[in-house]
Amino acid sequence: MNKNPKLVVYGIIALVLIIILANTLYTIDETKQVIITQFGEPVGDPVSDAGLHVKVPFFQKATYFEKRILEWDGDPNQIPTKDKKYLLVDTFARWRIVDPLKFFQSVNNERNALGRLDDIIDGITRDYISENLLIEVVRNSNRAMAFSTEEQSELIMEVDSLKIEKGRMAITNVILEKVQEVVPQYGIQVEDIRIKQVNYIEEVRTKVFDRMISERKRIAMLYRSEGQGKKAEIEGQTDRELQKINSEAYRIAQEIRGKADATATEIYASAFNRDPEFYTFMETLNTYRETIDKSSTVIFSTDNDYLKYLKTQK
Amino acid sequence: MNKRVINIGGENVVIPEFKNSLLLYIIVGFIVVWMVFSSAYTVDADEVGVIQRFGKYATTTTPGLHFKIPLGVETVTKVRVQRVFKQEFGFRTIKAGIKTQYSDRDFSSESLMLTGDLNAALVEWIVQYRIKDPVKYLFKVRDVEATIRYVSESIMRQVVGDNSVDEVIILSRKSIALQAQELMQSLLNDYETGVDIVTVNLQDVNPPVPVQPAFNEVNEARQEKERIINEARETYNTIIPKAKGQAEQAILEAEGYATNRINRAKGDADRFTQIWREYSKAKDVTKRRMYIEMMREVLPKIDKKYIVDDELKSFLPMLQLGKEAGK
Repeated sequence: MNKNPKLVVYGIIALVLIIILANTLYTIDETKQVIITQFGEPVGDPVSDAGLHVKVPFFQKATYFEKRILEWDGDPNQIPTKDKKYLLVDTFARWRIVDPLKFFQSVNNERNALGRLDDIIDGITRDYISENLLIEVVRNSNRAMAFSTEEQSELIMEVDSLKIEKGRMAITNVILEKVQEVVPQYGIQVEDIRIKQVNYIEEVRTKVFDRMISERKRIAMLYRSEGQGKKAEIEGQTDRELQKINSEAYRIAQEIRGKADATATEIYASAFNRDPEFYTFMETLNTYRETIDKSSTVIFSTDNDYLKYLKTQK
Repeated sequence: MNKRVINIGGENVVIPEFKNSLLLYIIVGFIVVWMVFSSAYTVDADEVGVIQRFGKYATTTTPGLHFKIPLGVETVTKVRVQRVFKQEFGFRTIKAGIKTQYSDRDFSSESLMLTGDLNAALVEWIVQYRIKDPVKYLFKVRDVEATIRYVSESIMRQVVGDNSVDEVIILSRKSIALQAQELMQSLLNDYETGVDIVTVNLQDVNPPVPVQPAFNEVNEARQEKERIINEARETYNTIIPKAKGQAEQAILEAEGYATNRINRAKGDADRFTQIWREYSKAKDVTKRRMYIEMMREVLPKIDKKYIVDDELKSFLPMLQLGKEAGK
């Protein structure tokens, strides 16, 4: 390569220009906003338009902040409700930096802001949860709940006694309002606070499980005794019908027999009444036929009517 | 001296021309090739490309080969808008397949929730979603996936909190999922996540583990109830028809008896009347005849017959009647 002093000069000029330009121009992403600081002090309004921007090179510095909605996730907190039920309440919030200048001056960065939000949201949540009954935190409306068995009336009674006045949404809305009163000083806007999880603490949970178990056992018992009751009913019905069928059959049969006996008696009587003497004679002869057999011994006297001819022949 | 001007990233760089300088041509050629390559990009079929110029949103490009201004002036972020994503709650799939494997870890902190009757249930569910608006998805909310998780957990608890444990486990699974989907969607719209929930599906919904045996007991008791009732009905159905048959039989037998009795009576009466009619025509002789006929029939049957003259009645004890009879 040929040495050319002019080329070196051009090259140096170009390099300097590039460095100046690079320090003058800056870009802002759609997700970001910027404040310009001069020796650490903010100057002018925050810039939140995405695109290419210009600043004074070297003396001014661009500091970037998020423009998007950001997350805040609280730790589960053990909070007692007004009715002394210990709950683990886990909340989350959506927030954003609306005033990067204030944000920069008060908390400087996101990590500090999250710490500040921890303090504020946890505190306010604790205050309002402990002011309310457990059911207000769990339920959101007074819709009539359905149960798989009508027999759970006792349970439904219990639930009816636990109607809510506010409900979860109303409580979280109050918490949100209170939080919104505090956070603007940090250049933050909290969009939404929601209860992610509400659960009983371990000891209470065991008690609830025990109650659920006894409740289910009661329902099971109810089913069993219903079965037994129905069974007894059917058995009783069976017995009743059986007795009815048998006795009716007996009655009808006896009636039929009786009628037949009566008819037969009448027939006999009307026939034999023509000559009772002859009937007796004939029937007596028949009984002789039937009762006298091989083992009988007969002693005739010759004055017997039957043998009288044996004698008179003499 | 000839000068060549090359535009690099909006800046004009003047490069003097050298003759016979192969090295320079190679360098220039290399730069040109690199520029072309860094400006070309492809968008896959299930994606769109979101183009930002100096950080500002410029346009969205469809699948295919595209060119952008290189050197960081334009950047492209590809977003899979056709893909349906899934998040699991209360369980995790390790490997999906014919025999899907699930994680053994305990996710009950996600799935355990309080029901409206202050019972507890383990609810497992999935949320499927698509990125409907890639611009919102990229620029409005940081970490949309985590946002969906939090929203989903919060809403599911809210909905379950308004249902009884029976509704959650058995009765209203479908409507709970639908309601949760609607509420999740409206909240995600409020946050401008650009996400469209395709479906919310309740998977396994169970009572808490220590309570499960008691729930099973209820099911068993319900079946036992049915069984006992069926058995009783069965007994009824075997006994009653049999008894009815037997009753019918008894009545028929009685009717048979009646027919028999009356017919016999009629027959006997008829016979008597016939005989009597003839008898009344010749009373004395018929009576004698009947008597003798009887004697003729009866006497041959008797083994021991004694004829004693009425004047020899004292002979009677000598017959030793008792001894004979005792033989």
